[in-house]
Amino acid sequence: MFRYILRRLLQMVLAFFGTTLIVYALMFAGQGDPIQALAGERPVTAAQRAYLTEKYHLDATGVGGFFYRYFDYIRSLLQGDLGQSLTGRKIGEILQQAWPVTVKLALIALAVAVIFGVTAGVIAGIRRAGIFDNSTLVLTLLVLGIPTIVLAPLAQFFLGVKWQLFPPTAGAEPDFYALLLPGIVLGSLSLATALRLTRTSVAENLRSDYVRTARSKGLLKRRIVSVHVLRNSLIPVVTFLGVELGNLMSGAIITEGVFNIPGVGFNLFRGIRTEDGPLVVGIVSVLVVVYLVSNLVVDVLYAVLDPRIRYE
Amino acid sequence: MTDAVVQPTPASATPEGGHLLEVRDLHVEFRTNEGVAKVINGVSYHLDAGETLAVLGESGSGKSVTAQAIMGILDTPPAHVRSGQILYQGRDLLSQSEEQRRQVRGKEIAMIFQDALSALNPVFPVGWQIAETLRKREGMSRADARKRAIELMDLVKIPAAERRIGDYPHQFSGGMRQRVMIAMALALNPKVLIADEPTTALDVTVQAQIMDLLADLRRELGMAMILITHDLGVVAGVADRIAVMYAGRIVEHADVRSLYRAPAHPYTKGLLESIPRLDVKGQELATIKGLPPNLMRIPSGCPFHPRCPYVQQVCVDVVPHSLVLGDGRTSECHFAQEVLDDSAR
Repeated sequence: MFRYILRRLLQMVLAFFGTTLIVYALMFAGQGDPIQALAGERPVTAAQRAYLTEKYHLDATGVGGFFYRYFDYIRSLLQGDLGQSLTGRKIGEILQQAWPVTVKLALIALAVAVIFGVTAGVIAGIRRAGIFDNSTLVLTLLVLGIPTIVLAPLAQFFLGVKWQLFPPTAGAEPDFYALLLPGIVLGSLSLATALRLTRTSVAENLRSDYVRTARSKGLLKRRIVSVHVLRNSLIPVVTFLGVELGNLMSGAIITEGVFNIPGVGFNLFRGIRTEDGPLVVGIVSVLVVVYLVSNLVVDVLYAVLDPRIRYE
Repeated sequence: MTDAVVQPTPASATPEGGHLLEVRDLHVEFRTNEGVAKVINGVSYHLDAGETLAVLGESGSGKSVTAQAIMGILDTPPAHVRSGQILYQGRDLLSQSEEQRRQVRGKEIAMIFQDALSALNPVFPVGWQIAETLRKREGMSRADARKRAIELMDLVKIPAAERRIGDYPHQFSGGMRQRVMIAMALALNPKVLIADEPTTALDVTVQAQIMDLLADLRRELGMAMILITHDLGVVAGVADRIAVMYAGRIVEHADVRSLYRAPAHPYTKGLLESIPRLDVKGQELATIKGLPPNLMRIPSGCPFHPRCPYVQQVCVDVVPHSLVLGDGRTSECHFAQEVLDDSAR
């Protein structure tokens, strides 16, 4: 188990450098004149240009210069300094404000997916081809078929504006209630996938040989389902939910945009729109780490749930 | 062998005159979208305390389904028991409630399966799986169940049982896994053990070890055993009687010695002739021509007639009755006596 985690950690280091390099390259390598981009439409004086060239090490050109700046960036990143956005704010500060909001939103969405998705999936799996199974099939197909960009405004309009069950937008420092509707919208997609996955997995495991063995031991049906079948069925579901948590943590650009939630996705979107290279690269670098850590947690959990993985 | 574990069941468990276990005219069908498959068509056999009955047949002949009907672990749907009786100690299991049947499983009649790797739950340690039966059925404490699980693993000769109790099924070899399966089945001292192709998934040398172990355990614990197999070689040394199944019927039923000496059904005869022999070299292996019947369209009359060298018009028209041939032998063949005479020659 220890070696398993160690191997995953080493893979993480490689993945971290790989992804940050790619993101850094995509954002800056193709840029024609970063100083002009920084200044926007206004003219840049020779003195300013010389100062900025010095500051951002732009005097080194070509591939060598690119890697020089990349490692410079990584060095400060490892010291915990994410640098400044083009607007002059510290990226660390921006994330400090945005992150808790996104984490709350992600946890609400995940809770919705786990509580409703997994429960309904287990029931649908046990009563395969029944009314419950078929109606959840239709509902999940519907949810999976509607993109968030449609679902979010619809939910906002009907539940928020028309019937006024929820606040339609979240605002600067949203509380739990303001995040509930966006959380449900965001979680509905994971919910649908989790439901289908759980349902298929439970149905499949119910037909497996070890269930027949458990029945021949004279165990109660309740125990067979809740101990033998569930434990096996949850292996793929946990894997999915773990990866999904990584996705949700990296911010939901559309949902946060529609409901005006000042989370990570919201800021990332603003960075992309205003061509704020340092902000985008800074946020993405942190997201990479979040993603890698959540994947590591999934892998460890996976090994805990399925002993066959530990000794591969 | 640890003496403490061995608790022979007295043969007197059978009520006067009756058999320990008796299947009477069992009919099972599988209702699928493609149609109804008649899997079991009037199977009858019995088992007395302390004896071993081998049920022999190709895949699809219904031998496993009969066993699962006895255990009450058929998947319904698609399987439906249409008619028949399964008497255990004189009581009809098929008319009992699910709860009553559950009490019989494992405690009175236990079963081991073909592929122990898939038959054991992959995510729980083997010791836990053995102990689970004891904890849930006997209300044993964790510690007691664990101790007993080690005893059972010793009983089935798993080396270093105490050290291996926390290992998972995939960490064992095929033979050891089947021993775990056996230990689990023996946990509640059942009076009947049904072994459904227990050695099919194993190497030949390991097969012999498992068969020896089963035979020894059966003797020591005084159980009765139903051994389901398609392998005539496995049967010879272990079984007392053989029931040969074809297309959901018992086509021949005899004690082992008479059956091997002279089969009384063309199908059994074909099976015996298709065993490779060391003393006859350079000859092509005899086979039974044709394929087992489609259970959705079982041939008229005798279901074996399209493949039978003895076939006559009567075989196509009339379903043969079970012909009693003496010594408790029966054969479902219109020409049973001819076949027997041919075989004896």
